[in-house]
Amino acid sequence: MLFIAMTFAIIVGSVAITPSIVWRVIFSHMPFFGNVIEADWTKAQEIIIWELRVPRTILAMIVGAGLAISGAAIQALVRNSIADPYILGVSSGASVGATAVILFGAFSFLGIYALSFASFLGALLAVIVVFMLAKVHGRISVIRLLLAGIAISLVLSAITNFMLLMSKQEGGIKAVMYWMLGSLGGAKWSVLPIPLITFIIVFTFLYLQYRNLNVLLMGEEAAITLGMNVDRFRKILILAVSLLTGVIVAVSGAIGFVGLIIPHIVRLLVGSNYKHVLPISALVGAIFLVIADAVARTIIAPEEMPIGIITALCGSPFFIWMLRRNSYSFGEGDT
Amino acid sequence: MTIEAKAVSYRIVDKQILHDISLNVQSQEFVGLIGPNGSGKSTLLKNMYRLLQPEHGQIILYDEDIRQQKDKAIAKKMAVVGQESPVLFDFSVRDIVAMGRAPHKKMFALDDKDDVIIIDQALQQAGISHLANRDFSSLSGGEKKRAIIARALTQQAKLLILDEPTNHLDIKHQLQVMDLISSLKLTVLVALHDLNIAATYCDRIYVIKDGRVVTSGTPVEVLTPQLLRKVFDVHAEVTLHPLTQRPSITYLSEKQIKEHLQ
Repeated sequence: MLFIAMTFAIIVGSVAITPSIVWRVIFSHMPFFGNVIEADWTKAQEIIIWELRVPRTILAMIVGAGLAISGAAIQALVRNSIADPYILGVSSGASVGATAVILFGAFSFLGIYALSFASFLGALLAVIVVFMLAKVHGRISVIRLLLAGIAISLVLSAITNFMLLMSKQEGGIKAVMYWMLGSLGGAKWSVLPIPLITFIIVFTFLYLQYRNLNVLLMGEEAAITLGMNVDRFRKILILAVSLLTGVIVAVSGAIGFVGLIIPHIVRLLVGSNYKHVLPISALVGAIFLVIADAVARTIIAPEEMPIGIITALCGSPFFIWMLRRNSYSFGEGDT
Repeated sequence: MTIEAKAVSYRIVDKQILHDISLNVQSQEFVGLIGPNGSGKSTLLKNMYRLLQPEHGQIILYDEDIRQQKDKAIAKKMAVVGQESPVLFDFSVRDIVAMGRAPHKKMFALDDKDDVIIIDQALQQAGISHLANRDFSSLSGGEKKRAIIARALTQQAKLLILDEPTNHLDIKHQLQVMDLISSLKLTVLVALHDLNIAATYCDRIYVIKDGRVVTSGTPVEVLTPQLLRKVFDVHAEVTLHPLTQRPSITYLSEKQIKEHLQ
């Protein structure tokens, strides 16, 4: 399924390419197959596939998978099914940073990395403030975490909006809008390593912690009596998730909905056991975003639609359909 | 000594809930905790299983202060069945029972064959093997309790603490759950609501009122009409049941007493 989606995503675009060329170009770049495959495609096709669409598709996979597992982890952390990875203030913090760069040219000495750097910095600062506010006597209070996340997000959105209002540059304002809705347009091979490595580390960590994530969903009392150091585990989770979402937002903007909806779809399919929820979320998230990005690139071609519009437009009806089904409890259980 | 509370006090803001409570449970004992609503039974148990921190006093678990012990080490010695077990999200019964293995696993360990065997045994002991793949939230109250007890069994702890395990169950399931608990050959400390159930199953009973221990002893020693009058503010007749030789309590309402005295 993922491979079909990938192939499809690479084919579609303003320049037509056949599936066989796609895979032959990809394999020709592999160390072993490189000499076996004969190049019968044009240089232009090769560049479009190898330099543009392949890295972009891979980035879509990383971003989709990363947001999905972050969402799943956050929902376990706060035991709340409406939480998404941005609940800790990541996206609004990143927006302030990105807006400052786009409108005022902050961090211009960093060149093309200024945007990523500033949004990561903004995300990090927002999470740190939320984290500090959620601490009561050195322990993390979940309800305070949620409320502090909302409060800080509101403040930061206000700052972003203020900067937008004061700005006179039409182009800049549009660029900020695009950034906030998310785009994978910046994908290049050189962009991939940091998100990929972060994703692999955080995914591996979370997967090996599936038992503790399950226990955390049972509530604080059960978690304590099952021998978990709840407070320490929560802190580690916040750290891991903020790092991953911070890195993702820095490269792709604040793509909404994936982190919220994918874990729900997956629970509907495989139940709530995080042993299955995490890997399947990563897979479904990757597929979903690869397709969403392909649609975003083509629907109003040659212009690009911000991917956040696609994820929300496709995701919401599905979510509403799930909402109307009785068999899925959305984590309300039987309280 | 399995578990011991030494002069435990606890308060919420300026309301004193527990006053210098001391209590102990010997190995293999079945100890009940009774008292009217709001007497502090649950608060005491929560202090004992570390959900709450005592203001003064100590909890000693297997001859060592509980605060000196590691989280996982404690969970291997003491399993807890709390009063309410709200389970959010959709977990199968087997998933829930498997969680009891958590304290035995290293940080990054996956389930192995031994875990599967232990989980199967616990399901069987609790009589819920046939429910293993059902959704936990679809179970009845009694089945849920048994699933949580099965989870406690997979912890392989010698001490089991339960907070009103028979709450909200009909009488058949109350007896079923209590039979299950007493068949486990564990050391048990259990808060109970129903005095006849306490009389039937406990080796020893602590009576608590207003955050203090009123008395303790065997059911026959403790469950007297005088004590029931004093602590629970009810009139009752206590007889020894001919079959079980356990106290059997019949309550008499104010109205009944008035009618029969006339």
